[in-house]
Amino acid sequence: MTDITQGTAAPVSVSSAWQLAKYGLVGLLFFVLLLALLGWVTSYSAAGTRSTQAVDFATNTITLALSTEPPQLDSTRATDMVSGMLLGHTMEGLLRYGPDNELVPGMAESWDVDENGGTFHLRTDALWSNGTPVTAHDFVFAWQTALNPDTASQYAFILFPIKNATGINEGEIDPGELGAKAIDDHTLEIELEQPTAYFLKLLAFPTYYPINEEFYSSTDGGYGAEAHTLIYNGPFKITKWVHDASLRLEKNELYWNRDQTKLDAIDYAYILSDANATLNLFATNKIVYAGLNSENLDRALRNRWHIKQHNDGSVFFLEINHRPDRITSNYNLRRALQLVHNPSELVYKVLKLPGNLPGESIFPVWLNGVEGRFRDEFPGPKYIINEEKAREHLAMAIEELGVDELPPLVLLSGDNPVSNKQSEYYQRLWKEKLGIEVKIDKQIFKLRLEKMTTGDFDIVAAGWGPDYHDVMTFGDLFASWNLNNRGRYANEEVDRHVAIAQSSSDPVERMEAMDRVQQLLHEDVAILVQYERGSVYVSDDRVKGVTRRAVGLDPDYTRAYITRDSED
Amino acid sequence: MTRYVLWRLLQGVITVWFIATVTFFVMHNLPGDPLADDKAVSEKIRANLEEKLGLDKPVVEQYFIYMRNMVQGDFGLSFVHENRRVNEIIRDHFPVSAILGILAIVIAGFGGILWGALTALYRNRWPDIVIILLVILGISVPSFVFATVGQLVLVTMNNLAGFEVLPVAGWGTVAHMLIPALVLGLGTMAFLTRLMRTSMLEIVSSDFVRTAKAKGVPMAQIFSRHQLRNAVLPVVTVLGPSIAGITTGGFVVENVFGIPGLGRYFVLAVQQNDYGVIMGTTVFYGAFLVLMVILVDILYAVIDPRVRLE
Repeated sequence: MTDITQGTAAPVSVSSAWQLAKYGLVGLLFFVLLLALLGWVTSYSAAGTRSTQAVDFATNTITLALSTEPPQLDSTRATDMVSGMLLGHTMEGLLRYGPDNELVPGMAESWDVDENGGTFHLRTDALWSNGTPVTAHDFVFAWQTALNPDTASQYAFILFPIKNATGINEGEIDPGELGAKAIDDHTLEIELEQPTAYFLKLLAFPTYYPINEEFYSSTDGGYGAEAHTLIYNGPFKITKWVHDASLRLEKNELYWNRDQTKLDAIDYAYILSDANATLNLFATNKIVYAGLNSENLDRALRNRWHIKQHNDGSVFFLEINHRPDRITSNYNLRRALQLVHNPSELVYKVLKLPGNLPGESIFPVWLNGVEGRFRDEFPGPKYIINEEKAREHLAMAIEELGVDELPPLVLLSGDNPVSNKQSEYYQRLWKEKLGIEVKIDKQIFKLRLEKMTTGDFDIVAAGWGPDYHDVMTFGDLFASWNLNNRGRYANEEVDRHVAIAQSSSDPVERMEAMDRVQQLLHEDVAILVQYERGSVYVSDDRVKGVTRRAVGLDPDYTRAYITRDSED
Repeated sequence: MTRYVLWRLLQGVITVWFIATVTFFVMHNLPGDPLADDKAVSEKIRANLEEKLGLDKPVVEQYFIYMRNMVQGDFGLSFVHENRRVNEIIRDHFPVSAILGILAIVIAGFGGILWGALTALYRNRWPDIVIILLVILGISVPSFVFATVGQLVLVTMNNLAGFEVLPVAGWGTVAHMLIPALVLGLGTMAFLTRLMRTSMLEIVSSDFVRTAKAKGVPMAQIFSRHQLRNAVLPVVTVLGPSIAGITTGGFVVENVFGIPGLGRYFVLAVQQNDYGVIMGTTVFYGAFLVLMVILVDILYAVIDPRVRLE
């Protein structure tokens, strides 16, 4: 048989073509019918995206997109930023952060505190969204639950300043022994393990939010998994949560400070991880906010959108492995790397995303010190580039290690575009300046974590975001006992100063101790600080009163309102 | 017929059991720690987590426990979406993937047959050349490119029109389905077009077509009764696996268009070492694929009277 797909053009039978066209028409008809049927079926399921505009004045609603689906909204177990943001809008702790990032009364109307703890007087008009009063018992229950080893909360540690909390979390002490007691429905007494100067700031954190025990038990293990397995005591309540599709917040009319809430609803109508798709929604006036990255920044510039910046509070650094079997445990090698370390070059020439700030200290610039900003009061060390000196230290390192040539350094990194850029930058930098070979070990999230925990790296690109507004949220990161200190850096002097800053109530003594920590981390080259991350975004100018924060609820729409006047 | 179907179903059950077993053991040997997260936790908490999720027992014992629960229709808990059962995840998200998949497969099937027949009819004339060029494009361009371009077209269209012609992303109405389904079905449609064209041309030169011509049967009748009907058989054969491929392959399209389908879970679970969801979705899709293949075999007997199911 000849090759049937080749050959000359045969005469076309017009009648056959007509026949085919008829079939095509029937097919099209069938398709339209099917479409109508499926559309009808879908409209009956809950997964509908309401086709609203970004800002809807008629219903006083704004529409947004979530970058990921929250794993669950159980405040004792939430760890991710999306969950924290949603909980911050729908729940309230004893205290919360005000518009200028100062602590303001939340569920607690007033409090008397001293070094060893305090008494909190809860407001009597605070209600859960199902109408039951918020009581001191709800706080005790939530904290005991978070500390219970069976809950396996990753954030249990944030409750550790409370008396007996650590022991309860380790399963050695009964949860009933917790140093937090409900004297009556509206009086909560807290006893601390040791004086903790920053304790009040912790009270705004999601793990410290209350949970109603009766309701919690009624959900039969499903607390926080659906909109109807939660009750709310904050400015908004979740009225609809379609997994992976949408989530809707509506004003909580039972919230004690309801007059402050201006919006009637915040509609997270999309759950989208794709940054370009999110920007497309913004471009078609479907959502009021879209984050930008280095890829789609150009598009925002071309469209002349008003691009805004915000320091998101986190610090990124190269974490060095100090385990004795690693070559990076050699001081001179680390010092050599430090002497060619150039955060400005990384930020301005490699990452090139506006908003990022070259890093100097593990303590970011926005942290408060004694009276003003910590870094204004204690500027900390600077990276000074000296290639000649770097090579001297490298020579010493090679001699001390007893090798002819340095084995390649293993640089563990993530698998996203930003990680790729910076890993390749360091590979080239260390090769050019020091002749050190670098092996980039690119891993997906879970694998990278496993390798970080087991110590299977020389250097890893890591970052840390703040949990509460105090130097300690960064200060204890490289204490030898901190499990998040993945490079196992251990320095008794650092530990000692961390302990002082934890237990002292004298602000000057605390800040001086923290200054000592930043000096020590630099002198000993515990880590190489890279940058403080800034986020770049576009947002609808008709939405006003949004608070951005480096720590705590961010972005905060609890006081937001909409206006037709888009001038700033 | 009944005996045949029962026999095929039994085979199917064995296949699904095999898929479940292999997935289970391979998954447990995946690198990466399923319980690791941003914050490090103490030994005690870790031990509690392992106990809660049954990871503290030997893998073989875990396997038997899992199998026993699976037979009872319980896929267990998600590791990532704590407090949600895998059964609920499948129940909530599979219908969405299925709707998208059905539309995509209908587009791909009808389109493939239609374009394929057209190219065969106009062999080596311009409709054939143009369509085959598009087919090559459809096969070689990956779906994420189509998805992104498709969405950009929507954005431009809506901005030019000044009102929303079709939504850019989201789910819930017919308007949300059209472009994602088209993007999803495009690759398969291109593949089926080629298959249909080859199959059509093969039949033109077969004996029965020549006999029909010799008997003086009108061209249109030969075309529809003899050529088309016979040529469609190979297309139907690959349709079964394509259905499963399309419903599971929706990951990219679901991601770009923000569609709450199961495809996202299927892919992300592997990256997140979410054992519960990996097992649940794999077994579920495995069973689905097996069922589709059986269904296609039965359909075969309907279309082709020569095939008897014995």
